[in-house]
Amino acid sequence: MKSIRIYALLTAFVLAACATATAVEPIKIGVAGAHSGDLASYGLPSLKAAQLVVKDINDKGGINGAPVELLVEDDACKPEIAANTAAKLVSSGAKAVIGHICSGATKAALPIYRDAKVLVISPSATTPALTQSGEYPNFYRTIAADDAQAKAEVDFTLATLKAKKIAVIHDKGDYGKGLAEFAKTFIEQSGQAEVVLFEGVTPGAVDYSAVVQKIKRSAADAVIFGGYHPEASKIVGQMRQKRMTIPFVSDDGVKIDTFIQLAGKDAEGVYATGPADVSHNPITKEYREKFKKAEGAEPGAFFDNAVAAALVLTNAIAKAGTTEPNAMAKVLRSEEVATPFGNIKFDAKGEPIGIGFSIYQVQNGQFTVVQ
Amino acid sequence: MDYFIELVFSGLTRGSIYALIALGYTMVYGIIGLINFAHGEIYMIGAFTALIASTVLNILGLPLYAVLILTALAAAVWAAAYGYTVERLAYRPLRNAPRLSPLISAIGMSIFLQNYVMLAQTSDFQPFPALIPEFAFLEPFAAVVGSTDLTILAVSALLLLLLTLLIKYTRTGKAMRATAQDQKMALLLGVNVDRVISITFVVGSALAAVGGLLIASHIGQINFSIGFIAGIKAFTAAVLGGIGSIPGAVLGSFVLGLTEAFATGYVSSDYEDVFAFSLLVLILIFRPAGLLGKAAVEKV
Repeated sequence: MKSIRIYALLTAFVLAACATATAVEPIKIGVAGAHSGDLASYGLPSLKAAQLVVKDINDKGGINGAPVELLVEDDACKPEIAANTAAKLVSSGAKAVIGHICSGATKAALPIYRDAKVLVISPSATTPALTQSGEYPNFYRTIAADDAQAKAEVDFTLATLKAKKIAVIHDKGDYGKGLAEFAKTFIEQSGQAEVVLFEGVTPGAVDYSAVVQKIKRSAADAVIFGGYHPEASKIVGQMRQKRMTIPFVSDDGVKIDTFIQLAGKDAEGVYATGPADVSHNPITKEYREKFKKAEGAEPGAFFDNAVAAALVLTNAIAKAGTTEPNAMAKVLRSEEVATPFGNIKFDAKGEPIGIGFSIYQVQNGQFTVVQ
Repeated sequence: MDYFIELVFSGLTRGSIYALIALGYTMVYGIIGLINFAHGEIYMIGAFTALIASTVLNILGLPLYAVLILTALAAAVWAAAYGYTVERLAYRPLRNAPRLSPLISAIGMSIFLQNYVMLAQTSDFQPFPALIPEFAFLEPFAAVVGSTDLTILAVSALLLLLLTLLIKYTRTGKAMRATAQDQKMALLLGVNVDRVISITFVVGSALAAVGGLLIASHIGQINFSIGFIAGIKAFTAAVLGGIGSIPGAVLGSFVLGLTEAFATGYVSSDYEDVFAFSLLVLILIFRPAGLLGKAAVEKV
């Protein structure tokens, strides 16, 4: 009788031990970004994306048996708030962070995460220096950096078009001139071609024939243009009028259908970079559907990027079995994860491989992917 | 040398484009001393009218030259109606007000018309069909000058000639000159000053509309804001040549166009505007009334 009682007690004890083992510590992941204020529309879709992915994971029993808990903090895209947000997340025990949204806020928050050895994945911070400076080894992003587009243009112009002399033209605007300057730097670094002309044109001018004559005189065998479609269509039109047939390579400011309407037959053969079309990817469709069901609206900016960030992050934690950044880094750099952008992994600097720009060419009045 | 000639043609093209708009500025200024800031918008409305008219006429399947002529007529008539209305509504009530009032009224008209077209059409650029055919005889020189460029040059020369004839040799022209010299005296001598001013606006607006048609067909696109930038440049050209003087407006336009082309060609297009406006300042220092302007004598 006595032995039975002891046995029962023992059993109860063991069972109780089992119960404590199931109630493991949740894995805390921070989500930081603008959730209020005038830039909230950049941050809220990312928050929702993280919540949707985490809900799926928890419904399936969490990561290696541990549930995931999201710690949500608002930085209003302001650098001075972002540093506090980061400190708050670290002290509440966040082991990894999805965010921040704006480049300035991200830059302000990164030193705190670095010191706390917390891994950060931003869905939207595009400033090249965040990864390329090497100051923040635990920083990754699931969006192409600002210079990636220029890199794509230059790589294509050098490798596929085999241009040796390139004229780089821009519209003097932040976007166009920024891209043009990156392009110029990449061409010079490559050593394979030279920049024979680097000029800004005045947007809205009534005639660009002087600059077109200058391009011709420079003997360029390709033009890279940084800017938007109205100027691009005027310049390309005047080049073709002057019977110049050299390739014209531009950016996603040009990769819209209005460009083809404006330039008409002169648009044929023009190359433009643009984000790869991911709307047919099943994962993209799945999460966009889920968002629509939950919110009754189309997902906004950076939603796909944030879904990708949440997926790669949770996968890294699961495969590494820890939230230690170096162990996770190995997984992030070596294992491809299926995301809304297709299979992606990261390079040594933290840039995504697989999220980037495709090269399109106008063929028969439509942008067609050529690379 | 080839490059130099290419740049000369670029400059002439730009210059003749400016001239088409500058003529209207200078005519109105010459007669009532008003800088009609809404003139750029009349040019823009002319271009939109041309777009609509040519689309309709193309659907009807008319031959190219018929489309071109009818479109030009439609644009000229419609823009002239706008010019007349703007003068009636915004300037005539202020005829005897201080000089600043009609100027502000003109700026207001310009903003109003831009926004009106933006709302009525869209803010996007619209493609404009190439209404001027490619001339076969120009093909060997296509790298230097296009058929549209040449047409614009020829049309602005023709318009300059016609305007000069109108002002020098017709009754209306005589009335215009009289009004320009002394409104009150002209009125006393039986000139219907209001009518003369209306005619000036109608003629200036029709010219701007023809300009709108040609320029839009040169650059292949239009939207509601094209009048502003082109208007500012044309106004600069008119001042450079001597505002109020018709040959001055054309000369000023060519000087401005050539300066811009050479600045782009031999220095950098980044500095195109710097050169253009430095030239303006220099000329105004040495000839305050512009290249062909007459120094204004205060009438007591």
